Amino acid sequence: MASAPSSSSTSADGLHLPDTTRELVKILVAGPFGVGKTTLIDSVSEIRPLHTEEHLSEASVAVDDLAGVREKTTTTVAIDFGRISLEAGIVLYLFGTPGQERFRSLWADIAHGALGALVLVDTRRIDDSFDVLGLVEESGLPYAVALNTFPDSRQYTVEQLRGSLDLEPGTPMVVCDARDTNSSVDALLALVQNLLAGQAADGPAGAGAVPEAVPEAATEATTETEALAGAVESGAAPTPEAR
Amino acid sequence: MTGRRSGRPLVPAYLSTGGVARPRHTELERLSLLTGGAGPAPDGLPAARHALYDVLDGGTLTLVEAAALLELPVSAVRVLAAELAEQGLVSLRPPVPPAALPASDLLKRVADGLRALKQ
Ligand SMILES: Nc1nc2c(ncn2[C@@H]2O[C@H](COP(=O)(O)OP(=O)(O)OP(=O)(O)O)[C@@H](O)[C@H]2O)c(=O)[nH]1
Ligand SMILES: [Mg+2]
Repeated sequence: MASAPSSSSTSADGLHLPDTTRELVKILVAGPFGVGKTTLIDSVSEIRPLHTEEHLSEASVAVDDLAGVREKTTTTVAIDFGRISLEAGIVLYLFGTPGQERFRSLWADIAHGALGALVLVDTRRIDDSFDVLGLVEESGLPYAVALNTFPDSRQYTVEQLRGSLDLEPGTPMVVCDARDTNSSVDALLALVQNLLAGQAADGPAGAGAVPEAVPEAATEATTETEALAGAVESGAAPTPEAR
Repeated sequence: MTGRRSGRPLVPAYLSTGGVARPRHTELERLSLLTGGAGPAPDGLPAARHALYDVLDGGTLTLVEAAALLELPVSAVRVLAAELAEQGLVSLRPPVPPAALPASDLLKRVADGLRALKQ
């Protein structure tokens, strides 16, 4: 299998990973209900986004038969994910992670080993993002905020938004149209560039890419750099780019 | 998806501890790579393990992709993969080979890779 020795990024069936796969990394795309997580993942994923059904408690799970799994708790949630093959054998996975407090038990598991999180915020309902911001900060994952603008979003200044969301000065905040591939890639880049900046400022252990090494300090590691400050200012100008 | 019915293999105790104790050798995470053996599944393989073996089809999938394709929770596929690995039918690999650490170079390559995606 994995029969695509060419430059093709996936195997012939589009699902099995090519032999050239070397490193797999993940970023969480987090946010409240309906904010655009699936849309963003879909706009950058090379596969149709897949999902797993997850139980909110792993206790008393029994592998039954092909019909699946029986368990005492009935609460399940669908976690969708997409995949992007980058150059040089790196494959990036994006996990759409719901932000409600009741998904806390799943968070640690999904966040394990993640590079960071992109937190989507709908500026029409900023309060809905407080839970997810709390969970991200608690997990110690470095994050960036992407503001999705909708036709009826009203305009806020960068300062108003940063204040409402109570963001640390170094946390990137960008405007994003999750339906647009380039815009979604830019939002991911704002996060990754900030991870790099944090790492430079913080020494080799600064980012969460090493499993088990998601440091407490990572949330504070985002010291403001010139480049970053520029990116935030230009990226976050709350233009009403709604169509 | 084929496979015979079997007695219900109960999930080993380590799963009911919420994943604190993990299978030996490898720590299976969502992005752990599972590579299936070539050829048909051996006789007598329990149905769920059989299904995982079949979906790998001799190739490589991440644990989470196998779970999605089988419509099973990740927690269940963790167990199945560990069992198949124990039987020597599946090989396991961590998402990032230890040689690829430290992460600074990896992050830089992720950034470069993302930039290259833009049209
Ligand atoms: N204008 C605008 N609409 C968007 C944007 N992102 C998503 N939408 C729309 O918002 C709706 C919800 O998007 P989804 O991607 O399903 O949201 P989600 O976060 O996955 O929602 P749940 O999985 O239900 O929590 C869809 O109709 C999208 O087309 C955006 O950036 N701008
Ligand atoms: Mg969704």
